[in-house]
Amino acid sequence: MKKSVILGVATVAGLAAGAAAAGTVDDVKARGKLNCGVTTGLVGFAAPDANGEWQGFDVSLCRAVAAAVLGDASAVEFVPTTGKTRFTALASGEIDMLARNTTWTFSRDVDLKFEFVGVNYYDGQGFMVPKALGVSSAKELDGATVCIQTGTTTELNLADFFRSNNISYEPVPIETNAEAQQQYLAGACDVYTTDASGLAATRATFENPGDHVLLPEIISKEPLGPLVRHGDHEWGDVVRWTLNALVSAEELGVTSANIDEMAAGTDNPEVNRLLGTEGTLGEMLGLDADWAMKAIKSGGNYGEVFAKNIGEETPIGLARGLNAQWTDGGLLYSPPFR
Amino acid sequence: MADQTTNPIAFVADGTIPPSPPPANQTGIIKWLRENLFSGVANTILTVLSILLIYVLLKNTLPWILNGVWNADSLAQCREILDGKTGACFAVLTERWHQLIYGFKYPDDAYWRPNLAFLLMLVAVAPVLFFDLPRKLLLFTAVYPFVAFWLIWGGTILVPIVALLGCVAAAVVFQKFGKNSFAAGFFGGIVVALVVWNVGGALIPDDANEGALLSAVPSRDLGGFMLNLMLGVTCVSLSLPLGIALALGRQSDMPLIKWVCVIFIEFIRGVPLITLLFVASVMLAYFFPPDSTVDLFLRVVIMITMFSAAYIAEVIRGGLAALPRGQYEAADSLGLDYPQAMRLIILPQALKISIPGIVNVAVGLFKDTTLVSVISMFDLVGMIRGPILASTEWNGVYWELLGFAALLFFVVCYGISQYSQWLERRLATDHH
Repeated sequence: MKKSVILGVATVAGLAAGAAAAGTVDDVKARGKLNCGVTTGLVGFAAPDANGEWQGFDVSLCRAVAAAVLGDASAVEFVPTTGKTRFTALASGEIDMLARNTTWTFSRDVDLKFEFVGVNYYDGQGFMVPKALGVSSAKELDGATVCIQTGTTTELNLADFFRSNNISYEPVPIETNAEAQQQYLAGACDVYTTDASGLAATRATFENPGDHVLLPEIISKEPLGPLVRHGDHEWGDVVRWTLNALVSAEELGVTSANIDEMAAGTDNPEVNRLLGTEGTLGEMLGLDADWAMKAIKSGGNYGEVFAKNIGEETPIGLARGLNAQWTDGGLLYSPPFR
Repeated sequence: MADQTTNPIAFVADGTIPPSPPPANQTGIIKWLRENLFSGVANTILTVLSILLIYVLLKNTLPWILNGVWNADSLAQCREILDGKTGACFAVLTERWHQLIYGFKYPDDAYWRPNLAFLLMLVAVAPVLFFDLPRKLLLFTAVYPFVAFWLIWGGTILVPIVALLGCVAAAVVFQKFGKNSFAAGFFGGIVVALVVWNVGGALIPDDANEGALLSAVPSRDLGGFMLNLMLGVTCVSLSLPLGIALALGRQSDMPLIKWVCVIFIEFIRGVPLITLLFVASVMLAYFFPPDSTVDLFLRVVIMITMFSAAYIAEVIRGGLAALPRGQYEAADSLGLDYPQAMRLIILPQALKISIPGIVNVAVGLFKDTTLVSVISMFDLVGMIRGPILASTEWNGVYWELLGFAALLFFVVCYGISQYSQWLERRLATDHH
């Protein structure tokens, strides 16, 4: 008897959860807040500042989505997730979207039943060496000792790279990024390898960052992007096109400085459609006509967000590289707003 | 006198010789050194090696500590001030002090609330820890949890009042019926408390939190060392009675109660705490609709309490087993019933034997509260590993932050251990 009651409650709860998850856009609107999963802290991507305000590259995307849906960039409840809790938090409905520098892979997309709505940062595995070593290309690293985190894809990528270039290396296994930093600075290894953005962030914390260089080779693909649950396509569209709006805005030259001017109407019909002065794109998404304008205003277009959080002016100092617009030789290519 | 002058003995001392000081190597510090540090070749070598080790340690750490920078806005600025010299960057502690203690989201104008709750906690635990104090103070201890809840979480005062009323009603029912039948009093109390809570909960208006005297703070906003202390204090004080009940239940003659207790204890002890925490934070979310989840803090408290209660139960079972059979028989022969025998004869002795074990579990539990950083709660360690080390200003400051965390935990754990030693001396009834 008791058991069946408990099972019944669990079933009802499950049904309620399923029903609630069917219309995330409406849920978010009813709640008045967007629950956005971020990392517990990664330099430049998401971290609370001294006043407790979340800042960072991934955080800006959460704010943009909140601005698009709710019209208020601060209506975000940031839910910090670890590498272990992030997927369950999304699957269970605790968060509406996950913007936690998560690599888009086949199994995560297909097997874990998530939907990656785009890529907001193209990362890849790189190398850092002391300048004194006098190396300018990873192919000159024959016989080097390499600090590498065990049990990661970086380990496998490294083995592949050295084998295909027919050179040898000696691995120094380490457990965490913090440990790697200490080992590398202590001279336990000649080279430190991990994601290029991580290398740049690590180098930024060194006492003399100028004494270390990042080698030009990037040996793996790590497309990082926001994701939502499978099955709720309306919500997936909202997040996808908010990201695209930020990218398109940069391509079309819409910045947070000139957006009000442009919203008055321009000669470029795509800008007009993006900013909602022409066409009914917002209505199709189930949002206000000026949804994209609000999203762009929340933190600027993609380029502004990049420059402010991780760009060359910041201590992290990442170059645009692959993350430049396609017109500048990068990979950012938003489908047209039409 | 005349006799003496004719005495052939040339000299007789007319007083005692003043005692001369012992030889230099038999006194004071030299004697102590000889006896304790240089009593043999092997000991001398060990002493010299130890001194060398201490010297090396101090030589490396002292300049680092003494040169420490206390005022800077970022690690880069710290390094600028140090200008190549060795020195710690303690500025991170001063700049992020509030975040380390209260977490990064607790409203700054409300810091006095947890502070006051902490001070009141000292008052509330005093009569429990030091039983020479007036017994009337226990009344305050009983009210304290509700006061502390209201201070820390804020919101409407009606919630803690309803909770308190429920407990009072349960106590009254238990007093009334518990004398005749323990079970009737116990379960009657639970039913009455549930009724009061449900009725009271329904009576509290939904918007009661708006315009409340103290602004409401959601559990997610708690953090820092405050969270560790809250988890530690709550879980220790809850798991002690639960552990006693489990230990007694395991010894019970009633098979149902006995097996429930055995299975509970064995299951919980066979599972790592981190697994329970993951269940609390992740799995339970699947069973509740998204909007009506049980508060994360409460879930974690339940899990940690269950975990430490199982351990405390086993410690107390050891204490019960150590009592001679005669004590149980003596209680029976005095005509005491089970609750009286336990309360007056068995438990006081068994608990006394169990003190070191209980303290061991309490200290371990307090340190285990840092595990909640893995389920993305921002306790002290979570704050350090997450937000502070991930900020562009302070990325790379490891020793200062983790050393500070170690220091805080050491102070508390050492205090608990000293208290338990005092308690053992105070309760010692055997005469050596």
